[in-house]
Amino acid sequence: MDHFPTNWGRPKYDNFDTSATYPLHNRGQNQSTTSGATQHTQQPIVTGTSVLAIKFKDGIMIAADTLASYGSLARFKGVQRLHPVGDYTVVGASGDMSDFQYLQHILDGLVISEETTAQDGHTLGPAEIHEYLSQVMYARRSKMNPLWNSLLVGGVKDGQRFLAYVDLLGVTYSASTLATGYGAYIAQPLLRKAVEGRENTLTEPEARAILENALRVLFYRDARSINQYQIATITANGAEISASLKLETSWGFAEGIRGYGAQTQ
Amino acid sequence: MTSIGTGYDLSASTYSPDGRIFQVEYANKAVDNSGTAIGLRVKDGVVLAVEKLVHSKLLVPGANRRIQTIDRHIGLASSGLLADGRHLSNRARDEAASYRDNYNEPAPLKALADRLGLYVQVYTLYSSVRPFGCSTILGGIDKDGPSIYVIEPSGVFYGYNGAAVGKGRQLAKTELEKLKLSELTTREAVFEAARIIHLVHDDAKEKEFELELSWIGDETNGRHVPVPQDLFEEADRKAKEALENFE
Amino acid sequence: MPDMSAIVNPQQRQFNPYAENGGTILAIAGADFTVIAGDTRQSEGYSIQTRYAPKVFRLTDRAVLAVNGFAADGNMFVKKVKQRLEWYRHAHAKDMPLRAIARLIQTMLYAQRFFPYYVYNILGGIEEDGTGAVYSFDPVGSYERETCRAAGAAQSLVQPFLDNQIYFKNQTAAQGSPHPAHLPLPDVLSIVIDSFTSATERHIEVGDGLEMYIVLARGRTLPDAVAGLRPQELPSAGGEKVFVLKRDLKKD
Repeated sequence: MDHFPTNWGRPKYDNFDTSATYPLHNRGQNQSTTSGATQHTQQPIVTGTSVLAIKFKDGIMIAADTLASYGSLARFKGVQRLHPVGDYTVVGASGDMSDFQYLQHILDGLVISEETTAQDGHTLGPAEIHEYLSQVMYARRSKMNPLWNSLLVGGVKDGQRFLAYVDLLGVTYSASTLATGYGAYIAQPLLRKAVEGRENTLTEPEARAILENALRVLFYRDARSINQYQIATITANGAEISASLKLETSWGFAEGIRGYGAQTQ
Repeated sequence: MTSIGTGYDLSASTYSPDGRIFQVEYANKAVDNSGTAIGLRVKDGVVLAVEKLVHSKLLVPGANRRIQTIDRHIGLASSGLLADGRHLSNRARDEAASYRDNYNEPAPLKALADRLGLYVQVYTLYSSVRPFGCSTILGGIDKDGPSIYVIEPSGVFYGYNGAAVGKGRQLAKTELEKLKLSELTTREAVFEAARIIHLVHDDAKEKEFELELSWIGDETNGRHVPVPQDLFEEADRKAKEALENFE
Repeated sequence: MPDMSAIVNPQQRQFNPYAENGGTILAIAGADFTVIAGDTRQSEGYSIQTRYAPKVFRLTDRAVLAVNGFAADGNMFVKKVKQRLEWYRHAHAKDMPLRAIARLIQTMLYAQRFFPYYVYNILGGIEEDGTGAVYSFDPVGSYERETCRAAGAAQSLVQPFLDNQIYFKNQTAAQGSPHPAHLPLPDVLSIVIDSFTSATERHIEVGDGLEMYIVLARGRTLPDAVAGLRPQELPSAGGEKVFVLKRDLKKD
C-alpha cells in the first residue's frame, strides 16, 4: 500500500486540471517517497508573492503582503513575510514559505550564537546578513537542492543604508529600488520612477505612500496577492515592522466593464 | 589524604572500598583552589560575580573571563579549571541552541542544568577521562522567573537562592545567608555581590584579582549582560569602602 | 480537448541551476599597458536587475579580471580566485605573476568540468617582462594569451570590430608603412568606448555604465590625453599602476 496521497493520482474522469489549481505537479509513475532515494526540492508548494523595497532619506523600507498561497488557493491569509535579523536588518521573502521558515530559523540561531559566543562587541549588519544568505543560497543551488526563495535584505548600520537581493540561484544585486516576483515586472517601473534620484530626500511618509501605491497596483493585477500587507522601516533608530494593514481599493470602475458589472448584455 | 597510595585514586572508574570516587573528590580540590564565584537569585533577577585571580601582571585586563553568556537569558560563572569551565560553557551553548531548535523557545534553566549535569556525570564513569575540575553556577530568567543552579564535578546539580563556589565559598555563604534575597532588587544585589567578592578575597595570600559582575533582570530586558561600566565602578567603590569599615 | 499527453506521460521538470545575466566585457593589451573593461548592467530576460553590478575586479597591482555570464558563479569565482591569491601572498610574500594567475584560473575552472562555472573570464594586466597581456578563458578553463578579446552578450558585435581595429583584419596597409603591432593608450581607450556605445545601441543587455581599468607597466605614466579624462588611481605598492575610468552608457 502506498501511503502517500500525492502518488495516488487523480480521480478517473478528472485526470487533468484545466485551471492548474492542483499545485503539486503530477508525480512520475514510479516516484515513490519510500524508494530510499533522497528527494530534492523541485518546486515551491506554499508560496508568497512579491516583496518590494526602496531606499529613502532615513533608511530602508520593505513591504510584502501577508498571503501564502497553495497553488491558486489563498491558503494562509495572515503570514508575516518580513523577518527582523538582529537590530539593524529585515529580510523579506517571496517564494516557498517553508524554506523561508527554515531560513528564519537559521538566522535566529546565527544572531544568538554571534551575541553569546563572540561577545566581542561586533554585531551583524545588513551587509553581513546578505552575504551570509547569499552563501547559503548559492551552496544549496550548487547541491541541486535550492531554497526556493527570492529575498530582499535591507537595513541601516553605522549610518550606511543597505539594500540587496538574493535568490534561489545565489544571484545577488543591489539597487535603490528592488522588487521580487511579479513585482519585478509591475512594481519596479513604478518604484524606479518615484524613487531614483530622490533617495536622499524622500521622507518616511512619502516612501510609505510609494510602496502602498505599488502594492495596490499589484493587488489589482497579481492574482496571488492580497489586500493585506506589512511594511518594515529600518532607520538609525532600528527596525520596526508594522501591524497587518489593509489596502484601500476602489472597484467603482468595474461597473462600466462589460462582463464584470451588472449589465446583462 | 588517606587515599594516597591505596591505588583507588588513580581512576574515575574505580570505587574505593568505602564507596568513594577519589578522582571526583580531587576535582573538587581544583575548585577549592580557585577564585570564588557567587550567584544571587533575587526578587526580579539574577546577579553573578566572580573573583578572578590574576596570576601575572602581564595579563591583559579583562582577558580570560570566567562569566560567559550561554543564551540571551542565561549566564554561567565557573570556578576551578578555566579551560574546563569554557568547555562546559560551549556545551551549554550547544544544548541551549539545540533546545531552541527543537522546541522553538528559550531553554528553561532546569532543563539546561539537567543536560549539563548528565554531561558532567559521564566524565565520572570512565578510566579514560578526567572529571571536570570546575563547579559551575548557571543563572538566568526563564518563564518561571529567575533561578540559579550549581553543577558540581560529580554531575549533581542543585537549585539555590544564593550560591557560592571556590576558595572563599564558606565565608561567602555566611554572607549570602544574612541577605534577604527574595526582597532585593537586581540592582541592589549587584552591590551585595561586589561587596561579598571583595570581602572573601584574601589579599594576604593572593594579591591581585579582577571583579567580574553580570546581571539578568527587568533592567536588562531579561538578557544576560555584563553590569554596565558606571554601575560596576560604583559597586566596586562601595565594596571597597564597606571592606574598610568592616575591618 | 485539453492536451492530455502531459498527464498521461508526465514530464520531468528539472531545477535549472544557471541563469544568464547579460552584459559584455572586453580587454585590449598594448605594448606596456592593458585596458580591461565591462558594462555594469545586470539583467535577466527583459528585466534590468540593477544598473550597477561591477563585472571587472582588480586582483593585484598588475592583474585585473573581468567575469561575464551567470552572475552568481561569477561572484563566487572571483571570491575564490582572490582567496587563492591571498594565500599565495601569505606563502610567498609577493603577488602572483600574471601568467601564473592565468594558469591558476584554468585549473580552478577545469576543477568544475562536470558542473562548470557558467562564466567567461578575461584576465588582463602586465607580465613580469613589462608587456601588456590579455588571457581569455572558456567556462571550463581552455585559455590562451591574446592581444584583445571581447566576451559576453555582445561578443558577436564587438569582436569583429576589434579584429578590424586592433588586428587590422581586412585592412591593407599602405606601401612602406606596415600596421603597428600595438596601438597607443588613447587610441585603445577610444576603441573601447566606441565598442561599448555601439553594443549599447544594438544589444538590449548592454548599457547603463562602463568601467575601464587601465594597468600601466612599471615606470610608465598616463599620456596627457588620458590624464585629461581624470581616471581614478587605485592605491598600489608602486611599480605597476592601476586606474579606473567610469563612463555613463545609455540606460534604455
